[in-house]
Amino acid sequence: MAPKQLSSAKELIRRAKVLMVGAGGIGCELLKTLALSGFEDIHIIDMDTIEVSNLNRQFLFRQSHVGQSKAKVARDAVLRFRPNINITPHHDNVKDPHFNVDFFKQFSVVLNGLDNLDARRHVNRLCLAAEVPLVESGTTGFLGQVTVHVKGKTECYECQPKPAPKKYPVCTITSTPSKFIHCIVWAKELLFAKLFGDKTQDNDLNVHSSDTSSSSENLEDVFERKKDEDIEDYGRRIFDHVFGYNIEMALSNEDTWKNRDRPRPIYSKDTLPGKSIKHNGNISKNGSTDDTPSLSAMTSLGMRSPQDVWSLMENSKVFIEALKLFFTRREKDIGSLTFDKDDQLAVEFVTAAANIRASSFGIPLHSLFEAKGMAGNIVHAVATTNAVIAGLIVIEAIKVLQNETENYRMTYCLEYPNRNMLLMPVEPYEPNKSCYVCSKTPLSLEINTHRSKLRDFVEKIVKAKLGMHSPIIMHGSALLYEVGDDLEEDMVANYAANLEKVLYELPSQVSGGTTLTVEDMQQELVCSVNIKHRDEFDEEKEPDGMVLEGWSQPPPEEKKEANHTVSNAGTSISGGPVSKSSEVVEIITVEEELEAAPPKKRKLTTIIDRGAASPGGYSSIPNDTDNRGKVQVVDDDDEEDMVMLDGAPGVFDGDSDTSKKRKLV
Amino acid sequence: MVGDSKGDLPKFGLQLGMEGEELTEQETALYDRQIRVWGLDAQRRLTRASILVSGVNGTTAEFCKNIVLAGVGTLTLVDDREFSEEALSANFLIPPEKSLCDGKTLAELCSDSLKDFNPMVHVSALKGDILSFKEDFFSKFDVVVVSCCNLSVKKLINEKCRSISKRVAFYSVDCRDSCGEIFVDLQSYKYTKKKKLDEAVECELHYPSLEQALAAPWKKLPKKMSKLYFAMRVIEQFEEIENRRPGGISFTDLPAVLKIKKELCEAQSIDEYQVPDDLLERLVSGQGEFPPVCAILGGILGQEVIKAVSSKGEPLKNFFFFDVFNGKGVIEDVSNGNASSNFPITPNLVQHFQLID
Repeated sequence: MAPKQLSSAKELIRRAKVLMVGAGGIGCELLKTLALSGFEDIHIIDMDTIEVSNLNRQFLFRQSHVGQSKAKVARDAVLRFRPNINITPHHDNVKDPHFNVDFFKQFSVVLNGLDNLDARRHVNRLCLAAEVPLVESGTTGFLGQVTVHVKGKTECYECQPKPAPKKYPVCTITSTPSKFIHCIVWAKELLFAKLFGDKTQDNDLNVHSSDTSSSSENLEDVFERKKDEDIEDYGRRIFDHVFGYNIEMALSNEDTWKNRDRPRPIYSKDTLPGKSIKHNGNISKNGSTDDTPSLSAMTSLGMRSPQDVWSLMENSKVFIEALKLFFTRREKDIGSLTFDKDDQLAVEFVTAAANIRASSFGIPLHSLFEAKGMAGNIVHAVATTNAVIAGLIVIEAIKVLQNETENYRMTYCLEYPNRNMLLMPVEPYEPNKSCYVCSKTPLSLEINTHRSKLRDFVEKIVKAKLGMHSPIIMHGSALLYEVGDDLEEDMVANYAANLEKVLYELPSQVSGGTTLTVEDMQQELVCSVNIKHRDEFDEEKEPDGMVLEGWSQPPPEEKKEANHTVSNAGTSISGGPVSKSSEVVEIITVEEELEAAPPKKRKLTTIIDRGAASPGGYSSIPNDTDNRGKVQVVDDDDEEDMVMLDGAPGVFDGDSDTSKKRKLV
Repeated sequence: MVGDSKGDLPKFGLQLGMEGEELTEQETALYDRQIRVWGLDAQRRLTRASILVSGVNGTTAEFCKNIVLAGVGTLTLVDDREFSEEALSANFLIPPEKSLCDGKTLAELCSDSLKDFNPMVHVSALKGDILSFKEDFFSKFDVVVVSCCNLSVKKLINEKCRSISKRVAFYSVDCRDSCGEIFVDLQSYKYTKKKKLDEAVECELHYPSLEQALAAPWKKLPKKMSKLYFAMRVIEQFEEIENRRPGGISFTDLPAVLKIKKELCEAQSIDEYQVPDDLLERLVSGQGEFPPVCAILGGILGQEVIKAVSSKGEPLKNFFFFDVFNGKGVIEDVSNGNASSNFPITPNLVQHFQLID
């Protein structure tokens, strides 16, 4: 049962060639621990550059490195205490085509310290194709996990469904917000995008009442600044339109408010003093025009603390001031801006707008610090958890090198002890036989072949659900679609034409009973998709207008979220009132270091509850026994006991069915 | 005696903020992600904390890195040993060659490296024998962490911390090959435990000293007690009797160690299988610290110290063990022995109150 002596691993470690993907919070700790543990040949891929907010935990980086490649700086920092080892940095995206299966094949083991689901899935597929073991990890706050994925021996990263990004019904966002996050989404995705983003994008900002579409079309012009319009007048006009007029319009729809509190329209004349006096030189505090990141409405208004919750008047001032600064100092950006949490002015604008809207709807206001966390999907991160997780990754990596299949463990780092354990090892599971990624199980797709276009299939299924980046789609031997740099012009035109055709009218007709082959050359993943024709789809439950089976995504967890305070910085959000509309606003939740998968019964998956740790309290996770999943202990022998559980202390979903111990074969 | 380096004593209190003082913009930006974890109040308290670390090795290096990143007020290191290959083996704070060390002590070398990690933390090294430092020296600190020393030294420092009127939290930490142990003494510790969203319970924990904890009869300890607890006591006893430096043990010592184990088990009336021979063999023949275990111990200890300093979260009581071979990180409460009869074991429910949140 016990692994071999560590000393016997020395030579294996010295000769191993390892690939680290990610040089962030986990990556810095991992590179250090690998170097100390005797690894001498390490490749590291990270496309990111260093930011100030990394410095509290990514200890290989200093203030003077801000803006430089993480992979390169991390290498240099580690060589200072271990000068004689080889570290090869790649300042690149791991999805770059030159990191292909052949590239992966040179490594003994791949270690992930990634910050997003998409890249994790991509690396998983490359590891499967190259038959290289993968050690996967993630952390948020005090919680973390390490898992081992070895083809044919343990489940792959995608054997378990992963959580969907949070989605909100459009009408919750546009008409009936009940939580601060709804106001944030409105301010960021709708208002900010409307005023400063790509004007050609669809935007539901005016979808607020039962009005006919014609009236909302007429309103389009409201957001355009008129020729020679004074900037302050323009700002106040926008203010009055979105916080006053739009609310009045919404109020006119009586049905909406039968069971809800009626919002209060807010006009600038009520919250702001008369037209503001010009800032006498105050604005020059903001530095030169090129100094975009530091341009700040707070600075020009003399406001300091991002922790303060502003009054309605202060929010109104910030709103107008930020809008003015955008139009006077960053005019060239307007039309192409997307919200960026590191853009101070954008954060100020979104905070102010969200707070004013929150005032209308009787929702408590929040500080800029809190609003920034929500709008930027900032995930909590501390150095200690990353250090622990990095230690656990190296331990699993060594077992992989020793090929000690029976000793592989998934380990969970908990905030509160479970059965006295802060670090809880669990046996890995065998591969899921119906996994479309590692078991090549065919998928089946219900779709209206007379109505859905090939483009819909490519965007909604192949890219969004199957996570392929450069797909080829075939019907038998007929190529329907492919992506590539070296395609003939006529083929490109041909594929472009195919994209706009409904499936049934493609050159090689696709109908019920057809099997399509979808392949990603870089990932070396091939999927068969059996097509089933279906006429109708439920707009609310099946918004894609198609249903993929053999691939499942659990719904966002509503139950748990009810237990969270709003202060949980935006990651714990629930869907709000169910909308009659089938449209949803999608928020892309980029977890900084941890991808969280709510567990299915068969395994203790993620202990990571979004927003598990909240400011002002070590955690909002209830620690009482009622919330614990059942724990099953299997005594193997006197020495070892293996703990299996369906739920960790309050952090796992409450499934309490008995789990079965599944030993590796 | 503190001796020559008296002038180098960190100026406690000088840069420490007053109660409720706001963090600077620079601090807020740097600590953004962790403030989102433990809140602004905890960060303010951290910024005022003084930590002493006696004994520099791979594990305490990890710990120091973690708390310097977290942003404590001051960190003082004590370790007069000089550069050696052994000291370098698991420690990333020491330059890789003796020629780069300028005759500095391990404490000075580590202090130099740590200063770079966070310019807002005052890191310093102090020369002198930790045993010669008096109570008033220890009273300057909120937290004392010891490593690389024998049991008797740990006990002495622990007692000095306890004799001070204010609470000085005491921790000892050791990594032996693939195994690790942390001991915690917070004396009497109150904290708020969140039960549900709107409810919190004030809890009070009473910790025994190291001496009191170790006096707990083995027979009375829980049956599922981590075997590492007993094994570490056997090794500790051996090193104490043989007057070895900590970790100064090898495979050739195994027969003598097994003999001590037998005697201890008999004296404590427990079965010898509770202290497996192969575990002892692993501990005696190990090659110093195993870096992944240092990272794990340094991380857990860092987190515990952050909890204690910020009065947030449930601290562990009072031992933590990690063993690579079973992969478990286990908390054991060793306090219900004779000596600790004065200390209630269970958290004392002082009062319930509604959280205004």
